[in-house]
Amino acid sequence: MSIVLLVEQVLNGLQFGVMLFLMAAGLTLIFGVMGLINLAHGSLYMVGAFAAAATAAATGSFLLALVASLVAAAAAGALVELTVIRRLYDRDHLDQVLATFALILIFSEGTRWVFGSFPLFLEVPDYLSGSVTLPGGIEYPLYRLTMILIGLAVAAGLFALIAHTRIGIRIRAGESDREMIGALGVNIARLYTLIFALGAALAGFAGALIGAIQSVQVGMGEPVLILAFVVIVIGGIGSIKGALVGAILVGLTDTLGGFLLPRLFTLFMDASSAMTMGSALAAMSIYLLMAGVLLFRPTGLFGGP
Amino acid sequence: MKFTTLATAIAIGASAIAAQAENVKVGMITTLSGGGAGLGIDVRDGFMLAVKQAGRDDLEVVIEDDQRKPDVAVQLADKMIQSEKVDVLTGIIWSNLAMAVIPATVAQGKFYLSPNAGPSMLAGKGCDPNYFNVAWQNDNLHEAAGAYANSAGLTNSFILAPNYPAGQDALTGYKRLYEGELAGEIYTKLGQTDYASEIAQIRASGADSIYFFLPGGMGISFLKQYADSGMDIPVVGPAFSFDQGILQAVGEAALGVKNTSQWNKDLDNAANTAFVAAFQEEYDRLPSLYASQGYDTANLLMSAMDKADVSDTQAFRAALKAADFASVRGDFRFGSNNHPIQDIYVREVIKEGDVYTNKIIGTALEDHADAYADQCSM
Repeated sequence: MSIVLLVEQVLNGLQFGVMLFLMAAGLTLIFGVMGLINLAHGSLYMVGAFAAAATAAATGSFLLALVASLVAAAAAGALVELTVIRRLYDRDHLDQVLATFALILIFSEGTRWVFGSFPLFLEVPDYLSGSVTLPGGIEYPLYRLTMILIGLAVAAGLFALIAHTRIGIRIRAGESDREMIGALGVNIARLYTLIFALGAALAGFAGALIGAIQSVQVGMGEPVLILAFVVIVIGGIGSIKGALVGAILVGLTDTLGGFLLPRLFTLFMDASSAMTMGSALAAMSIYLLMAGVLLFRPTGLFGGP
Repeated sequence: MKFTTLATAIAIGASAIAAQAENVKVGMITTLSGGGAGLGIDVRDGFMLAVKQAGRDDLEVVIEDDQRKPDVAVQLADKMIQSEKVDVLTGIIWSNLAMAVIPATVAQGKFYLSPNAGPSMLAGKGCDPNYFNVAWQNDNLHEAAGAYANSAGLTNSFILAPNYPAGQDALTGYKRLYEGELAGEIYTKLGQTDYASEIAQIRASGADSIYFFLPGGMGISFLKQYADSGMDIPVVGPAFSFDQGILQAVGEAALGVKNTSQWNKDLDNAANTAFVAAFQEEYDRLPSLYASQGYDTANLLMSAMDKADVSDTQAFRAALKAADFASVRGDFRFGSNNHPIQDIYVREVIKEGDVYTNKIIGTALEDHADAYADQCSM
């Protein structure tokens, strides 16, 4: 095992982490501010990917496709909030889970109805394809590098939004005391729709970015949704900072676990059983991480008391 | 109630005497919703095309969606056998669903014709005279890929598959005939969509070729990411990742890839030419591997109906076993364990106009039977 290979895997973990952050940020905001468990967040990710694939097929422009993913996911998010989610804020979590699970089914079959049963095509644009040589002779795909940079830029933008703008103040106020900011004259209903649409847009954007190197298909959002829940539980529910740290921890654990554990096991067992044991343990690694974090910090790394 | 039952019984009895031959009722349980729906829809469309072409009025088909869930498939099978009174079941795509449904179905004396899944259990110790596989035993296409690798002079393959029974069967199948060295062997997570880590390991391993079995979306993701990695060692796979439905989503990244299949649309026989033209006419898209399997399944069934009544289990079983129909694959016959003995071809992904598709470039294995027939005590 060379250092170059290890650095490449760290970059892969980082890239996975920042994409998870885009999903987890919206999920944690929605849970933190509105107290809502939104299982349909993965569907918004899928909406973004499908909107991007359709736009790219029609116009041939990847930038337009990214814009379309933001717009379509935000619109779908706002629509869902206005028609369904709004009625769920006062219900208990079980009702929310049930209703948003129904939304997953509606989104999945609706998408299949519109786009058909076969996966769609979305590709990395020419100017981002191929690989670049980083210092130290590491060859790394340019598109993945771009994803890391975009993800970090979005994270920085989100922190600025929350820390330094009026909207951000309201979001933070909404997290600490919902009734009070309503009493102070803030239009809570509009704030909620806005936050929901923002979270949806981030998920859709992640869907479009990832759709270019993966398969754009019905049901693509649900596996990511589960990981995003792990991220916000590790990071602390409601905390954007927690979502970022959690996402990168999960990304690195998952990638490096899958890479290093089988190698570690070969030190004291034969190759094929080390491979099987290693990959089995690697698949569990992020859940072990979550259990470990919860053992010492039951509210997550950055969660409130 | 008694009266109605009696009346129905008489009516059924009367119609059975009146009809020339007995009606056959087929229950099709397949995946029509969710991520894997493309496969089930192709099987259904291929099957129904054959039924429509035959224009028979003694064949009734009931179709239900299993949602790719074993529990749903089992419920549907019970319902079809007990209340719909079907004679034959077919349609299941996935091996885990097949394992849940088929043993119980044949134990109740019904026939099962598999248009896709061929788990090793049911080809070996668990074989049954009423279970016929019209597609392949799961290992077959992988074995053919191993044989192709030998003839193509590939001596240092890196192989990967998801960590579940069909994935393990796949790599076992490849290694059964492959004679070269292994540069590495990885089991990925089932449903994994990011392969950056695996691709980095392949790059570092010095392999001269890659063999992968990653069905559905997993394969699309892998190929797109591989194309973007700047590596260019040859990639070989089974037909499942290069199917007509999937290729358009992979795009240019799949061009030139070799894959193994028992069927392709350019196979030169009259049945196939007619099938490909009729399928395009009917559904306005190119047929896939799965559609060809559905089509063959229906034609096998109808060939048996011409020879025997379904109520005469012995005779109907013998009629199925004879496989006296014009398969779109050309030569087709059943081995001792009711699994196909057939040629398996090597295909290459090409572009025809705007459409990505496959063309046959050679034969990997001739008259190939599966490795489990010996364990079947039938």
